[in-house]
Amino acid sequence: MSTPTRVGASVTEAPTAAPDGSAPRRAGVSPTRPKPFTPWLFLLPYLALFTVFVIVPSVFGLWISLHEWDYTLPNKPFVGGENYAELFDPNSVNSGSFWTSMRATGIFTLFSVPLLLVLPLLVALLMNKSFPGRNFFRAVYFAPYVLGVAVVGLLWRYLLDNNIGLVNYYLGLFGLPDDTAWTTSVPAAWVALVGVTVWWTLGFNAVIYLAALQDIPGELYEAASVDGANAWQKFRNVTLPGLRPILTFVTINTLIASANMFGQSYIITQGAPGRETRTAIYQIAETGLRNFQMGDAAAMSYVLTFFLMIISVVVFWLFREKKEKPVADESATAQSGGIR
Amino acid sequence: MTALEQAAAPVAVPTSETRADAPRGRTRVWVVVVRYVLLGVLALIYLSPIIFMLVTSFKTRADAAGIPPNWIPDPFTTQAYEAILTASGTPVLLWFSNSLIAAVLHAVLVVVTASLAAYPLARMTFRGRGIVFSVIVATLLIPPVILIIPNYLIVGNLGWLNSLVAIIIPTAAGAFGVFFMRQFFLSLPAELEEAAIIDGANRWEIFLKIILPLSKPAMATLALLAFLTNWNDFLWPVYVLFSADVQTLPAGLSTLQSANAVRYDLLMAGAVIASVPVLLLFVFLQRFIIAGVSRSGLKG
Repeated sequence: MSTPTRVGASVTEAPTAAPDGSAPRRAGVSPTRPKPFTPWLFLLPYLALFTVFVIVPSVFGLWISLHEWDYTLPNKPFVGGENYAELFDPNSVNSGSFWTSMRATGIFTLFSVPLLLVLPLLVALLMNKSFPGRNFFRAVYFAPYVLGVAVVGLLWRYLLDNNIGLVNYYLGLFGLPDDTAWTTSVPAAWVALVGVTVWWTLGFNAVIYLAALQDIPGELYEAASVDGANAWQKFRNVTLPGLRPILTFVTINTLIASANMFGQSYIITQGAPGRETRTAIYQIAETGLRNFQMGDAAAMSYVLTFFLMIISVVVFWLFREKKEKPVADESATAQSGGIR
Repeated sequence: MTALEQAAAPVAVPTSETRADAPRGRTRVWVVVVRYVLLGVLALIYLSPIIFMLVTSFKTRADAAGIPPNWIPDPFTTQAYEAILTASGTPVLLWFSNSLIAAVLHAVLVVVTASLAAYPLARMTFRGRGIVFSVIVATLLIPPVILIIPNYLIVGNLGWLNSLVAIIIPTAAGAFGVFFMRQFFLSLPAELEEAAIIDGANRWEIFLKIILPLSKPAMATLALLAFLTNWNDFLWPVYVLFSADVQTLPAGLSTLQSANAVRYDLLMAGAVIASVPVLLLFVFLQRFIIAGVSRSGLKG
């Protein structure tokens, strides 16, 4: 698994391994001549789920967004792009609350993503040294991640309580302000939401980084040492380039996770103060699934998706291969597989 | 066991034996002590919120709201658990069993459908394979948010709203499991199947008798990840389950909060009940969970 060739080996080497000495066959075709529908029978259960709950809804959503679609009403008149136009019309009912929520998602993403890219890398670098008890400490940083957002939310709502919370109490002990309204005022609420999210999910990215770090061949570090590179130069010239394939994945993944932030805001701040920390996905769910304005909500989700796509393209562009060294999908995955 | 261990190897957490650390001289004992004390203190701080949750769940109402906060319950009491487990309107035990049923069935569904689908994608050549795989890859780029509204309507049309089926089945359509299993199948040596093919075995026999037994570690990892994801899922259950008796623990706990805004003893007891299964799984099966997450980097 350490090289791309190995990953493809099962497919590419099959012809030469033709057991009956006949002409090399195409990979994977068995001599018993499987019925052509056999692979489809294997695929059927998953493809049924995939079609009904992924393919159909991704098109159906667009259709909904072109209608005045109220779940509770019998008529769902076609309105074309009106739901979209309303979002860009400052006088409409939904526009203000939607863009407030987009702003909330933007603020949260802007502050959480850099922290969730850098801090887990530091933890992973620390854990990359071999020492007794390493697995224990790795588990410690990962542990909060296995708790669900509901538990994490309730727990931190308690810890961040204005009056009886641990956070304010210990801040007071250190002579800092002990009356910050972490859950009901901005910018404190943003600090709280970002901080809780970093605590909760730091271990996830750290584990992915760690696997990638361990896939960087030790010989590269030895060669760098021979060349007289110091620790920083090794990090800059060996570690970072080795991490680049996985960095794109981690960045996109973290961006999408942050842009989908819901539970923290739903439980810890409940959108407060006002609706300032109500995120876009929260607003979409409330509009569509509580107020049943599904046409509006679907339109909102496509606008949010549009922004996410643009940001993803920018990320891919930022992390693109600088030198013309083709790195195929499989080599990137082999890198990140972290298996030796 | 050799074959099984080989098969397990790809999901094993990598160790850093081959990572060449710079040779250092004999480190003094106190350096080691200081390093571990520092690491230990940091670890304790990192886990302190979880510890405090556990501590608070054994406090009285007054103690839970006390300043300065107690790190040892005074008095130690299980009354929060008794109160929360017997309160009408917040059937925590029922939520617990709902969560358990949903997460187990979801994990089984994911492992079965993903393994079946991944096998031909990894090991058979057939017309349409490339297209099917590309379409599945492409959907990884679809932000889940655009599926929420239409899936609510689809689930509604199927008559699944306000029922556990709504949180067991639709989320099993995600592409991660298929990727995960496909990647694993690709790592198995092709010779195993070729020998069976010479013996005249068909694809189903090969899959059931050769591939699956070798794939237990990968399937266990996928099942665990699917279980954890489903157990912790929040947004979807909050909106598709509306009566108290069909809720899962996370969705139920959020209603507990509005009902008992300042009863932190009760809330922490509820949070502990929701955490115990996943923390136990984590403590005992940590290796699989962490290996699975390391490999989720493959998703890209």
